[in-house]
Amino acid sequence: MTPPGTPAQAPERPPENPSATAAPPKGRPAQRTRQVRELGVLLAVAVLITATWLHNPGFLSAQGVRDLFLGATVLSVLAVGQAMVLITRNVDLSVGSVMGLSAFGTGILFVTFPGLPVPVAMLCGVAIGAVCGLLNGALVTTVQVPALVVTLGTLYAFRGINHWWADGGQVNAHDMPAAFLALGRVSLLGVPLPAAVAIATVVVVGLYLAHYRSGRELYAIGSNADAARLSGIPAGRRVLTAFAVNGALAGLAGVLFAARYGTVDSTVGTGMELQVVAAAVVGGVAIAGGVGTVYGAAVGAVLMTTITAALPIWQINQFWHQAVVGALILAAIGLDRLLALRTARKLGGGGARGA
Amino acid sequence: MTDPLRRRSLWFASAASAVLLTAACGGTTIDDAQDDGGAGPTGTADPNAEIPEGLAIDFLPKQLNNPFFDLVNEGGFAAVEELGGEATERGGTEATADSQVEYVNAASQAGSDVIVIAANDPDAVCPALNEARDNGAAIVGYDSDANCTDVFVNQSTNELIGRALADMISDELGGEGTFAVLSATPNATNQNAWIAELEEILQEDDYADLELVDTVYGNDDDLESFQEMQGLVQAHPDLDGVVSPTTVGLAAAARYVSDSEYQGELAVTGLGTPNQMREFVHDGTVGQFALWNPNDLGYLSGYTGAALQAGQITGAAGETFTAGELGEFTFETDGEVVLGPPMVFDADNVDDFDF
Repeated sequence: MTPPGTPAQAPERPPENPSATAAPPKGRPAQRTRQVRELGVLLAVAVLITATWLHNPGFLSAQGVRDLFLGATVLSVLAVGQAMVLITRNVDLSVGSVMGLSAFGTGILFVTFPGLPVPVAMLCGVAIGAVCGLLNGALVTTVQVPALVVTLGTLYAFRGINHWWADGGQVNAHDMPAAFLALGRVSLLGVPLPAAVAIATVVVVGLYLAHYRSGRELYAIGSNADAARLSGIPAGRRVLTAFAVNGALAGLAGVLFAARYGTVDSTVGTGMELQVVAAAVVGGVAIAGGVGTVYGAAVGAVLMTTITAALPIWQINQFWHQAVVGALILAAIGLDRLLALRTARKLGGGGARGA
Repeated sequence: MTDPLRRRSLWFASAASAVLLTAACGGTTIDDAQDDGGAGPTGTADPNAEIPEGLAIDFLPKQLNNPFFDLVNEGGFAAVEELGGEATERGGTEATADSQVEYVNAASQAGSDVIVIAANDPDAVCPALNEARDNGAAIVGYDSDANCTDVFVNQSTNELIGRALADMISDELGGEGTFAVLSATPNATNQNAWIAELEEILQEDDYADLELVDTVYGNDDDLESFQEMQGLVQAHPDLDGVVSPTTVGLAAAARYVSDSEYQGELAVTGLGTPNQMREFVHDGTVGQFALWNPNDLGYLSGYTGAALQAGQITGAAGETFTAGELGEFTFETDGEVVLGPPMVFDADNVDDFDF
């Protein structure tokens, strides 16, 4: 196991993923396996939804579809940001706390300034997240401490700030303007607005990572940070950007959370970081960096929230829920390993041994 | 980071006052009470015993920064102030038994006369509590009892709460219909006891036309409670109402219904706080809900602890004492005093309360 979050060193890793070296031509075998990998998760979502729908048609009623969309919104937005960070061979464990801080910040703004326009408060929420992300990124890149440790620290630090800020208080639905709470009720072409925002986020970040030079460079950094640096990529700045964007997205998730759930205290998002990393891993983003797409991460998030939504309909005991999610993560990692071995063999054999 | 400092200064204050206390009034009442304390509710009570001034009374909630416990302890502090004592709040931001043991020890070492505790585990905190008792403290449990307290102040009885839940849903559904329960965690002691009581009460003739069709668990988490609500309405398309005996669950259920096509169709009631539910009472989602007054719970606990330390009571069944403005209370059973039936809130009175 290579420890995640060590951008400085990327020891003899097999060339298991050609997409690591700038945009490869389409149709190379490894690229195809990656696509299959994401299609597999998408297929799992489709099977799950169909089976649940056959079991209970109410699952895909107008309200049911809306619930599915809204349920996946927060986790997908977080998973997109996390995927960006994971691709650079870092990890951000503080996203749950950042999201909580932003959700509470947005809520408390409405309490402190009752007449505040909704978009201003939302922007402030995103800004809180971006600042937290920048701090994470700065610590990781300047101090050269593994991201795992840095963000574990900020996970507690941000949560502590939130507890201190909240001081036991809570922002309730009646403290927030009706226009803000109604965001979930507005639809865009049949898709609830928060879900539309999430989809737009996925597409924008996805296009950026796939087609922009600086986006591709994130993969290069994650595959081999030294080589990336030697070839002139400003690795520190790129990693900093990835953390800042991830923070801003966590802030956005916090704003969406506040609008959707209407009750915000200092514990919002506790434990969320593990769900987010799990969603990204299930969606094919390698924890060892350099591999995966934000589409995969988003589909992984959708799969996880769909499972949570489907279990009550199958009336499966909740005790099984975490076991199912755990099995899914193990299956995803096993599948990745299998694909990596096969790719390595195709690419000239032997390379995968001992990796 | 002001909290630990403040706590420490209180620590010194209570330590100092305890020293003064033992020095100044080594009189009979305290020593007697200390002797009785070790033996639990078996000593003899002196109903005319005076409550000495300057008692050091420590409140150990399940966790700090919990809006509910902040209110409870506010009531406790008010009681201690009336009694001329020193109140201290001790606890961590995580509701774990381990951290609570530390705070019990700290209270004991500071020479606490009364420890009022909401135990995070019924057994794990007992060795520390027993030691504190040996040091002369009277031990009062509130909210959740430990197995070694001298007296437990029950916010209500399981039967009274079960009946309040049954009455509210019966009232909302006009005495006829199907409903489901959205609870906290599957092994939450309180909620399970209330649900069991509710089920028993439903056997009575008055509730013959009410049917409890399902019980689901949102784990006191907004996201999960939301998803359980989705599952409920889809699995039971003809559901008439939802009862949630937990504040998190009720707020989530109300928020979900207020924002869905079920508003007005699906009755929502349970245990919640006025601040959380205000919005939903006014928009017609929730007709009524109930909760004990947390302020009164803390207030009664403070008086109970002082009366116990003074030797007015020992906790034996039949004993009575006066708790300030709340009036007279009687121990119906050994070692337990009950605050009373929960208070019902609706559109007429919800705005009179701020907690």
